[in-house]
Amino acid sequence: MAVTTTEPAAPARSGRGSILARSSGLRTGLLLLPPMLWLGVAYLAALAALFITSLWGQDDFTGAIVRVWTLQNYHDLVHIPVYRTIAFRTIGIAALVTVVDAVVAFPIALFMAKVASPRVRRLLVIAVLMPLWASYLVKAYAWRGMFSEGGLIDWVGKPVGLHSPGYGLVATTITLAYLWLPYMILPIFAGLERVPSSLFEASGDLGAGALTTIRRVVLPMAFPAIVAGSIFTFSLSLGDYIAVQIVGGASQLLGNVVYANVGSANNLPFASALATVPVVVMLVYLAAARRTGALENL
Amino acid sequence: MIISPRLEAVLRVLTALVVVVVYVPLLLVMVNSFNVDRTFGWPPRGLTLHWWNVAFHSSGARHALLVSLEVASLATVVSLVLGTCAALALRRTRFFGRNTVSLLIILPIALPGIVTGIALNNAFRTMLGLQLGFLTVVVAHATFCIVTVFNNVQARVQRLGTSLEQASADLGAGPFRTFALVTFPNLRSALLAGGLLSFGLSFDEIVVTTFTAGPQTQTLPIWIFQNLFRPNQAPVVNVVAAVLVLSGDTVAPSAATP
Amino acid sequence: MTVRIRSLGALMGVAALALVAGCGSQAGSTPGATPGAGGFTPPSIPMKQSMGKMEGSVDILAWPGYAEDGSNDPKVDWVTPFEQQTGCQANVKYFGTSDEAVNLLKTGNYDVVSASGDASLRLIAAGDVAPVNTSLIKDYNQIEPFLKDKAWNSVNGQMYGVPHGWGANLLMYRTDLVSPAPTSWGAVFDQSSSYKGKVTAYDSPIYIADAALYLMKTQPDLGIKNPYALDQTQLDAAVSLLKNQRTNISEYWSDYLKEVSAFKSGDSVIGTTWKVIQQVAASEKAPVKAILPSEGATGWSDTWMVSAHAQHPNCAYAWMSYITEPKPQSEVAQYFGEAPANGQACKLTGAAFCKAYHTTDQAFANKIWYWTTPISQCLDGRTDATCTNYGDWTQAWTEIKG
Repeated sequence: MAVTTTEPAAPARSGRGSILARSSGLRTGLLLLPPMLWLGVAYLAALAALFITSLWGQDDFTGAIVRVWTLQNYHDLVHIPVYRTIAFRTIGIAALVTVVDAVVAFPIALFMAKVASPRVRRLLVIAVLMPLWASYLVKAYAWRGMFSEGGLIDWVGKPVGLHSPGYGLVATTITLAYLWLPYMILPIFAGLERVPSSLFEASGDLGAGALTTIRRVVLPMAFPAIVAGSIFTFSLSLGDYIAVQIVGGASQLLGNVVYANVGSANNLPFASALATVPVVVMLVYLAAARRTGALENL
Repeated sequence: MIISPRLEAVLRVLTALVVVVVYVPLLLVMVNSFNVDRTFGWPPRGLTLHWWNVAFHSSGARHALLVSLEVASLATVVSLVLGTCAALALRRTRFFGRNTVSLLIILPIALPGIVTGIALNNAFRTMLGLQLGFLTVVVAHATFCIVTVFNNVQARVQRLGTSLEQASADLGAGPFRTFALVTFPNLRSALLAGGLLSFGLSFDEIVVTTFTAGPQTQTLPIWIFQNLFRPNQAPVVNVVAAVLVLSGDTVAPSAATP
Repeated sequence: MTVRIRSLGALMGVAALALVAGCGSQAGSTPGATPGAGGFTPPSIPMKQSMGKMEGSVDILAWPGYAEDGSNDPKVDWVTPFEQQTGCQANVKYFGTSDEAVNLLKTGNYDVVSASGDASLRLIAAGDVAPVNTSLIKDYNQIEPFLKDKAWNSVNGQMYGVPHGWGANLLMYRTDLVSPAPTSWGAVFDQSSSYKGKVTAYDSPIYIADAALYLMKTQPDLGIKNPYALDQTQLDAAVSLLKNQRTNISEYWSDYLKEVSAFKSGDSVIGTTWKVIQQVAASEKAPVKAILPSEGATGWSDTWMVSAHAQHPNCAYAWMSYITEPKPQSEVAQYFGEAPANGQACKLTGAAFCKAYHTTDQAFANKIWYWTTPISQCLDGRTDATCTNYGDWTQAWTEIKG
């Protein structure tokens, strides 16, 4: 005969916090409250407000926001071809940067995880982390110097007859790939570390060559980690406007147009509408990434 | 040996190549900090210690460095608290809305910086009517730093399991005591790693900072951005960058320890 | 299911919160102002009546080169004497385009701004600047009369600022990489392919006026009378010219020092410029020359304006008084390379300088097409056509850059 009774109060032995001790649901709730309040108020509300602003208009003489509900901003975004071009260009560059980074990061991550001795591994991790401490701006500026007329790339390429590509989309892709490389190497390295070495041996025993093992055993297991790294490189490239200004020459990416509309053109409603493009792209990307299990690999 | 020696050799070469490419721009920065020419023609016409001298006396750089350190420290403290709370809360895998919470925590860093920047700027200035200043930057930085702490603590917490805490509760300790005496010591290195990454993120952040800092709040990246192209200051920027790279040498090893 | 309902509920709650907060905030159109039309009514903002105690600091928004404090070049410094004289610590922020200036001033963080003609009326209409009491400006009577009470710095006879100086946008080129020496803006328009990938232009929608100016002379049947009064057909022609130019552009510049470094390294060899850029580049040993091409030029006539939300109004007026005195005027004019507003500065710069910059030459001054904000009501007086406004130009500019 089960009789549900309320639990008697815990003995006074540990009086304070006894409710907390009993109810893990309450504990969880209380623990979650500060971060959720913070993120909800500081972040989600800000995003929502931005979205609402995109539904308003702007007086382009005074720059004041006119609070009349309108879909004009989205209409312009979709119907004026240049914004579509810029959006696709940006997504394309972000994807290209991600692919380049993944291709460059994988061998070095594999080396660090499976081939290097522990001492070398530690050194390499430090070597990969160190550029993160050099300022993003200075690295981009260093690349500007390298791409410039008569800069390092010209100097190195002269005997071979190669020319620096100058400032433009190629320079932007290379610079962005360089800047985000550590963000791709580290998750892949962590993911590969989790792949047991015995799998390699087993695969070898079953007759697969090294490349086949990597292709059919290691890559699928490391895939979530690669996707995890790609979240950073993709997102960082999608919104970047500073590196583009420094090495991109006359090119515009989505970030530049958003920045120009917030800063110079003073058109926050239109900038907000523009900003929904990367947000939507990233949300779709995150949803897809979640299915691969990448979010646990961050 | 788990991979064929030939493949190992290939990997070794590729790794060396990547490391070289990664460090060439950094070395360029360091060489340029000694460059006589103010606009860094290549190859450098001559070398000088003049800029290092100027940099040490540059009050602008020192002040900006101080502000950056303060902002990063405060943001790290806040994100340590919030990130740990969230990570501990999410230990129960059957928690309602767990995925939403994870997504929400990742969002500030997954969405492009410019979106976060203009959203926060709009929120501070027009919604709340605040003047941008020091605290607005701290709030902004803490928001996207939470995820680094959260990830590290969550990974550690999952490895630890709950048996230690349960044992502690069985022995009569309340939740606070358990946390202080059992959980926290085990989390220390994860907190350190998360805190260091969070500090680094905040220290180098430029995009969100541009939108949330008041005109008098000059963090180091903002100072660098403003001085990057000024003929008399650009070499000083290189010196500052060189110092950052060298000092990163001391911090990176601690962050590298898992 | 429960999770989704919960998340949806949370999202809606947040949205509601944002809505309420959004409705309660302050950003919005200034009541009573009818912006846009030439004869707009500026909002009523009180004018300072008398000087009070100095506040100890002042936040200045300036074009680069207007408020030098020795950090760029230790020999170039007229801000420190100001600080010593008045006790007002000057915090200077540079901006690259008029749009940035308008945007920055709107934040309310600055006391005084050097506004060009394409910013000044927008600031007045939005209620961001206050009318200026010229009796409080020390040497206001020495300012050239043809700069006072102009369309861009006054409304209904009330001055909204103190004239600072004026000048033209020039064509700069590398003497060693460009030959023959150019004499026309055609070098960066029709003939820009000769310098493929090395042309530079100013990164602001107002640059469209430069293309319109060129078309005024080369395609007179378009009927352009004022480069800031363009109907849709004329704007399309200018945009088409600029899209052609775009294929040869290395970089657009708004940071003046970026242009200096581009010319120095040779990444740009020809393009539009300010005199100060040519002077700084030359001091960096770059072989550059700047000329005023045969078609004439756009330019700027700048006015110091005081913010309607100035936290340090007394120091602001002190700055405006100081910068229009003869000695600082002569220093700025020579460093920046423009005609000073105060004619007495000529005694300090030497007659040759003033003659070269046509300081007292009203006829010459009237030939420059000063930056003005384009509005729908045609600035050239046409009533049978609607002109494109600044919003149209901004959008066109994004399309040009591609």
